[in-house]
Amino acid sequence: MDFAQSLRLIAPEFILSVGGLVLLLAAAWMGDKASRAISIASVAVLAAAAAFTASVLGSGAMGADTQAFFGQMRADAFAAFAKLLIFAAAAACLMIAPRFFDRWKAMRAEYPVLILFAVLGMSIMVSAGDLMTLYIGLEMNSLAAYVLAAFLRVDSRSEEAGLKYFVLGALASGILLYGMSLTYGFTGTTSFAGIRAALASGLSTGALFGVIFVFAGLAFKIAAVPFHMWTPDVYEGAPTPVTTFFATAPKVAAVALLMRVALDAFGAQSDAWRQIVIFAALASIVVGALGAIGQTNIKRLLAYSSINNVGFILVGLAAATPGGASAMLVYLAIYVAMTIGSFVAVLMLRDAEGNQVELIDDMAGLSRTSPGIAWCLALLMFSVAGIPPLLGFFAKLVVFQAAVDAGMIALAVIAIAGSVIGAFYYLKVVKVMFFDDPADKVKGANDWAHWALLIVSTLVISPLGYLLTGWLGTLADTASAALFLAA
Amino acid sequence: MGAFPILSTMLLVPLVAGLACFFLQAKAARMVALVATLIDLGLGVVLWANYDIGGAQWQFVERAELFSGFSYALGIDGIALLLIMLSVFLMPICILASWESIETRVGEYMAAFLFMELLMIGVFAAQDLLLFYIFFEAGLIPMYLIIGIWGGKDRIYASYKFFLYTLLGSVVMLVAMLWMIGEAGTTDIPTLMQYDFPPAAQTWLFLAFFASFAVKMPMWPVHTWLPDAHVQAPTAGSVILAGVLLKMGGYGFIRFSLPMFPEASAQLAWLVFALSMIAVIVTSLIALVQHDMKKLIAYSSVAHMAIVTIGLFAFNVQGLEGAMIVMLSHGLVSGALFLCVGVIYDRLHTREIDRYGGLSINMPNYALFFMLFTMASIGLPGTSGFVGEFLSLAGVYQISTWVTLVCTTGIILGAAYMLYLYWRVAFGVQKNADAAAMPDLNAREWVMLAPIAAAVLWMGVYPESFLAPMRKDIAALDARLSRAAPEGDSKPAEARPEQVRRNAANAMPHHDAADGEGH
Repeated sequence: MDFAQSLRLIAPEFILSVGGLVLLLAAAWMGDKASRAISIASVAVLAAAAAFTASVLGSGAMGADTQAFFGQMRADAFAAFAKLLIFAAAAACLMIAPRFFDRWKAMRAEYPVLILFAVLGMSIMVSAGDLMTLYIGLEMNSLAAYVLAAFLRVDSRSEEAGLKYFVLGALASGILLYGMSLTYGFTGTTSFAGIRAALASGLSTGALFGVIFVFAGLAFKIAAVPFHMWTPDVYEGAPTPVTTFFATAPKVAAVALLMRVALDAFGAQSDAWRQIVIFAALASIVVGALGAIGQTNIKRLLAYSSINNVGFILVGLAAATPGGASAMLVYLAIYVAMTIGSFVAVLMLRDAEGNQVELIDDMAGLSRTSPGIAWCLALLMFSVAGIPPLLGFFAKLVVFQAAVDAGMIALAVIAIAGSVIGAFYYLKVVKVMFFDDPADKVKGANDWAHWALLIVSTLVISPLGYLLTGWLGTLADTASAALFLAA
Repeated sequence: MGAFPILSTMLLVPLVAGLACFFLQAKAARMVALVATLIDLGLGVVLWANYDIGGAQWQFVERAELFSGFSYALGIDGIALLLIMLSVFLMPICILASWESIETRVGEYMAAFLFMELLMIGVFAAQDLLLFYIFFEAGLIPMYLIIGIWGGKDRIYASYKFFLYTLLGSVVMLVAMLWMIGEAGTTDIPTLMQYDFPPAAQTWLFLAFFASFAVKMPMWPVHTWLPDAHVQAPTAGSVILAGVLLKMGGYGFIRFSLPMFPEASAQLAWLVFALSMIAVIVTSLIALVQHDMKKLIAYSSVAHMAIVTIGLFAFNVQGLEGAMIVMLSHGLVSGALFLCVGVIYDRLHTREIDRYGGLSINMPNYALFFMLFTMASIGLPGTSGFVGEFLSLAGVYQISTWVTLVCTTGIILGAAYMLYLYWRVAFGVQKNADAAAMPDLNAREWVMLAPIAAAVLWMGVYPESFLAPMRKDIAALDARLSRAAPEGDSKPAEARPEQVRRNAANAMPHHDAADGEGH
């Protein structure tokens, strides 16, 4: 494999890094007044990267041809699927940011640049074929994310969120590194293919510890129980567009990374880690559901909802089959649409002075004062709860199908019973908006970007979305095949 | 079948009208909803008229591979046809019942009802397991909103209870469905109905389906959501709930549990019988002491549904036919009874039985209709209730005399609470001046009640019209069940040949066709 070929394979990452650096310079020279132009340029960079990625997914690239730099990075269909989701989510988060920050005159030109660098990190994460690449991508993403969490300097909650995220994130990175070093020590290699080959014959106790620590570190990144404590605080404290970002793009990247590590590097020893995943899945579902019940702030509620959703995604991982991986990807795609829709709807709730309305009680009677937002949010909530005929049901369906096909019926039954607990708090949001008397808190108009995002995501999760499932299923199957072929 | 996709059209009409209602003013929304439901009723009549009795088992079949993992497949047999007819028949009446009583957010209300109609038809017409589940579960959303937005004082508690109870019942069924799909390799319901699952797995699958259908039905002891939901829902919501939604449970048993898991059904029939016996007696006794009219009728629904379940698990043609007729009859009668409650509730805004009295004096027409439906609920010969209950009990008598004895007692209790209700409301002295001043039925209420009364009498006098379309399907189901049918304890004596001949001379032709009936 020559160098030019490798560079061709990493074209999306290349575009992102060059674009990010150029825009960083532009930001330094032109200052904050150019922030809107830089945001638009960033979306263009993302679109360019996506164009290069889409062809990879479309052609279903997999196997040795996709390995760049001697297997350090893999630009296969699996990475492409995750990247496209990440790019789309990031673009949405760029679109909703200016209006939010303008309220505090805090829209600065660094915001789009930081998003771009975070996206670059995620892009590297999902294409990683080596523990080193993995760690570089992960840290690149995290460093940008820490800054983004604290982006709203005038708000002490935002500072607190940034600091909390940093301290706990650093701890998790430490755990992950420790696991990686153990793995390296007992297998003698950092490449996924090498680790897989070394573990194929058996798993020593030391290597098992490595596996466990790697899983613990990654569980922190995807906010799976018992490493979820930071999520509600960070989600609540961070500026809402940043929360939207955290709940979507890095989640996709971390789950994809976890899939790559679990099914590829540790794929030969799936029995060793299956118990961990099952525990994390069920615990996330239950804790996510129970924790959400008492919440009064919609952002905290959505944070618990994302913990809950990660639980369902992990059900697909526990199956450890191509079908399970494909189901996880389908779930991720639908999850991204639902999450963006929900957060955009929350962003559109402003009181007469233009402040964000975040308390659930203040949303009372929203269906009478702002019926458009209320109906969209209600459909999104029913969808996250997994009630048919909304698309959220299909996401759960494929995951459970994978679990049942893998013979894990008990897991499926417990998880699905947990989804009923979860339904309770989604219903509560609907109840407040539809059944209660108007609190008359929410006022003010919204711009077209918010409406467009809200309507598009609502249409995607509406029953019309089922027409997409054939296409989505094929793409996810291709991506999953690429993952298992590499393994 | 014919090129015209009539079932899809029946789904499309309420969908389009429902979406339109969101954007319409109250007056226009009412009109659109009424017209749309009437169009669906018309299509339903066309459906019935073109249904080829004795023809192919599945008719009006449509299929399109639109989704990943399952397909858009519709088609009906006689059983589904009748339940679809029941749905489209009740819907215009529901819209009329809400004509004046719903004043706020009329557009959304009408939209919710139209979506409800879409989902009900979808449930009965779906030929794909997952498509069925989607329609089956989706009904929760509009019903949750109907109860929660337009309901009574404790509507929020009732709406939560309704939603979470039914959801918890159904999700386990979903896992069972997924296992079945993996095992049989298809989501096609007609194929699955012929598939023989291993008996060991059947028990679990049966229990999973049972969890869902028993809640939906509802069977004792998971019936408690029903009285709450009924009492709080607006009149039309109660009508749809009692009239059609409860039938989904019975339909589930007849479409899934029995044909797909015959061995498990036979094995666990004792459980169904035990719960049904308790339900009939307990809920009848509870109904006797109610002060709230809607609650009383709600408990009577639970008792009637128990007659359906024993009929279904009788494993013979009479029981199955009886169960179907009880479902149809109960759909009409309980719907009509809720409408009767609604009529006087609209005038006095209370459901307290004691607040009324002597209504036969100032509302004679109303009292007549109310009496007819009361009698039909009791099962007076000549009304639809009699036909269904008689067939059901005759069927189960072949299996278990004890169950028959207990359930017949329940029917006597049923007569007690219904007559007691009627006596307190319609007869006696006019103790409340405001109740005595209420005007009799107006034209709109006549239009609501008269068609149901006609249907109830029709079904009671000439049930053949309703038995004929499903005879072949019931016979097929009976044949499928015969290998597992349990031994009965009634030991009916062999009919003497000369008697058989004499009966055959004046028997209706269908008695020959349906094997085993009338012995």
